[in-house]
Amino acid sequence: MLEIKNLHVKLEEEDKVILRGVDLKIGAGEVHAIMGPNGSGKSTLSYVLSGRDGYEVTAGSATLDGAELLEMEPEDRAAAGLFLAFQYPVEIPGVGNMTFLRTAVNAQKKSRGEPEVSAADFLKLVREKAKTLKIDAEMLKRPVNVGFSGGEKKRNEILQMAMLEPRMCILDETDSGLDVDAMKLVSDGVNALRSEGRSFLVITHYQRLLDHIKPDVVHIMAAGRIIKTGGPELALEVENNGYADILNEVG
Amino acid sequence: MALPKAKEDALSARLAGLPALSGKGWISAARAEALARLQAMGLPAKRDEYWRYTDPASLNAVDPAAAKSFNPGDEAPPFDGLDRLKVVFVDGVFDPQASDDLGAEGIRIERLADAAAADIHWAQGLYGVLEAAGQSPVQRPLAALNTAFATDGLLIHVTGNATKPVALIYVHNSDNSDAILHHCVKLDPGASLTLLENGPAAARFSKVLEVDVADGASFHHIRLQGRDHERRAVTHLFARLGARSELRSFTLTANGRLTRNEAVVDLTGPDARAHLAGAAVGDGDFHHDDTVFITHGAEACESRQVFKKVLMNGATGVFQGKILVKSGAQKTDGYQISQSLLLDEDSQFLAKPELEIYADDVKCSHGSTSGAIDETALFYLQSRGVPRRTAQALLVLAFLAEAIQEIADEDIAEDIRERLERWLARHGSKAGA
Ligand SMILES: Nc1ncnc2c1ncn2[C@@H]1O[C@H](COP(=O)(O)OP(=O)(O)OP(=O)(O)O)[C@@H](O)[C@H]1O
Ligand SMILES: [Mg+2]
Repeated sequence: MLEIKNLHVKLEEEDKVILRGVDLKIGAGEVHAIMGPNGSGKSTLSYVLSGRDGYEVTAGSATLDGAELLEMEPEDRAAAGLFLAFQYPVEIPGVGNMTFLRTAVNAQKKSRGEPEVSAADFLKLVREKAKTLKIDAEMLKRPVNVGFSGGEKKRNEILQMAMLEPRMCILDETDSGLDVDAMKLVSDGVNALRSEGRSFLVITHYQRLLDHIKPDVVHIMAAGRIIKTGGPELALEVENNGYADILNEVG
Repeated sequence: MALPKAKEDALSARLAGLPALSGKGWISAARAEALARLQAMGLPAKRDEYWRYTDPASLNAVDPAAAKSFNPGDEAPPFDGLDRLKVVFVDGVFDPQASDDLGAEGIRIERLADAAAADIHWAQGLYGVLEAAGQSPVQRPLAALNTAFATDGLLIHVTGNATKPVALIYVHNSDNSDAILHHCVKLDPGASLTLLENGPAAARFSKVLEVDVADGASFHHIRLQGRDHERRAVTHLFARLGARSELRSFTLTANGRLTRNEAVVDLTGPDARAHLAGAAVGDGDFHHDDTVFITHGAEACESRQVFKKVLMNGATGVFQGKILVKSGAQKTDGYQISQSLLLDEDSQFLAKPELEIYADDVKCSHGSTSGAIDETALFYLQSRGVPRRTAQALLVLAFLAEAIQEIADEDIAEDIRERLERWLARHGSKAGA
């Protein structure tokens, strides 16, 4: 599904190197987690994969089912099946959440040569999915993320994911800012989407989320590299001992 | 006071290019007075205080610069589906074949060209009168020129609730047309009218609209200035509002080499309300100027000015807006916002917001901003699969929303939104895209 090879990234405007050779391979249907200290480059990795401006790839590649992602426009990456749930979802005053969702869904359908969904079908579908995430109709009418609480924003990200049905989902600290019940809700939403053809990359600081969304593989990222890879037990180790031991171990 | 030599010469040249005033009927006095006003002021010049941001040369020139008319393809003309009273002018000349019968329930309409020869007419109290009053404290010589030399226009008397809107359609055919139209609208107490205007009218278009809104009357005005790229236009709206009356005016401008839209509104009776709004989108050789002057002369009146401009590829936007609150006008509520969205660094917005307040119990706010598109929001939309152009259009429409919301009729507002969406799909900044 997703294959990242030797990815080196620096800031476009500064001589600051952030990613120093990331290698990562996620198979179809797998769930991988990335943990790592603040500032190690986790969000940067997710932004570079989804095509945000401001970064320069100095080496390496990232492919989705063999197609080179790094050369595509962000919207084409989305149409190819990539989705990023943002660590900090963006507020867009003046653009209604519903308009936003429908524009996005139809744009992706169009670029894949599929027919657009009718307004009525769309409405029904959104309402249904919103309900399972406990997002009320009032919130759908409001401008995108404007005045949403931290947790509401995160749930809105998952709603978008559920509507767009991407194949490769990256969740960047979707658990931060969620209360215990919301975490359960969001995890249920994610788990409902798990399937053979869909993979997940879950970035988190806390083992707690991984109790709900059980990962197949856990990676530790530090200073722009993946320094250790293991099973779910690696997350427990981090939870109990922090990063010091792992960092020392790899030198 | 004698005019400076340069102004004197420019005016003589301009007047030599216009037909001599003919002296017949009630209108001859109005025209002669307007000509005298013009002769005292001279034509506008770049050094004049309210012409610093907009070069009036092409409006002053004896002959208009050529302008081709825009072919809208198969896009339906605005207001097409509405039940309306249609009046068509082609290059500034009334077209009776294309127009409906003048008159409907609650409205009497005459052509200026027909009514002018009469000895007495109700329009005597309006034609050139609000224009003359609007010459102070800011001079508006091109409006006086219009009053003196207008070749046609409509005199609309609204006696009750007009059952359908009056729609003026300004067709532009000839590349070299120079049109001068002058309309007067008189609303009796409690009467109401919606006036729609659409089209570029001519290669160069001068229009004055004088509106007398009596106590409790309501006047809604929605205007689309056509899409010709090279056309030039100078328009004036002069409005006098009585007690508890309402004026709402919205203008959409897309394209046009030069547009100067002036609005001069006098709130003369208590509890009157004036809302002026404009949305302008320009790509390249586009200069758009909104110059507004609102006078609060009575208590508890409300005024709103909402002007938004989207500029790209070297387009220029200008806003000069003033709220004057006279000493007796307590409880005034005045709001003014002018904003531009610059899609690149080649485009510019020049704003001069002014407040002059002589009453102590008032609420007045004004703000002017100039900003770029929010790249983070753009990326967020793109990351959901929305193409960059579409994403940009969504953000631009969001930016324009506050102005479009001033349109009372939701169907018309929606139509205008869709037109803007299509325009935005065809236009984008060439810088950095
Ligand atoms: N646009 C930018 N300008 C300046 N510095 C940046 C930029 N983007 C990332 N960085 C820097 O790169 C480093 C990695 O940031 P990144 O957001 O990827 O970390 P992270 O692993 O997601 O951290 P956290 O766990 O706190 O979310 C940080 O030092 C950050 O300050
Ligand atoms: Mg991060």
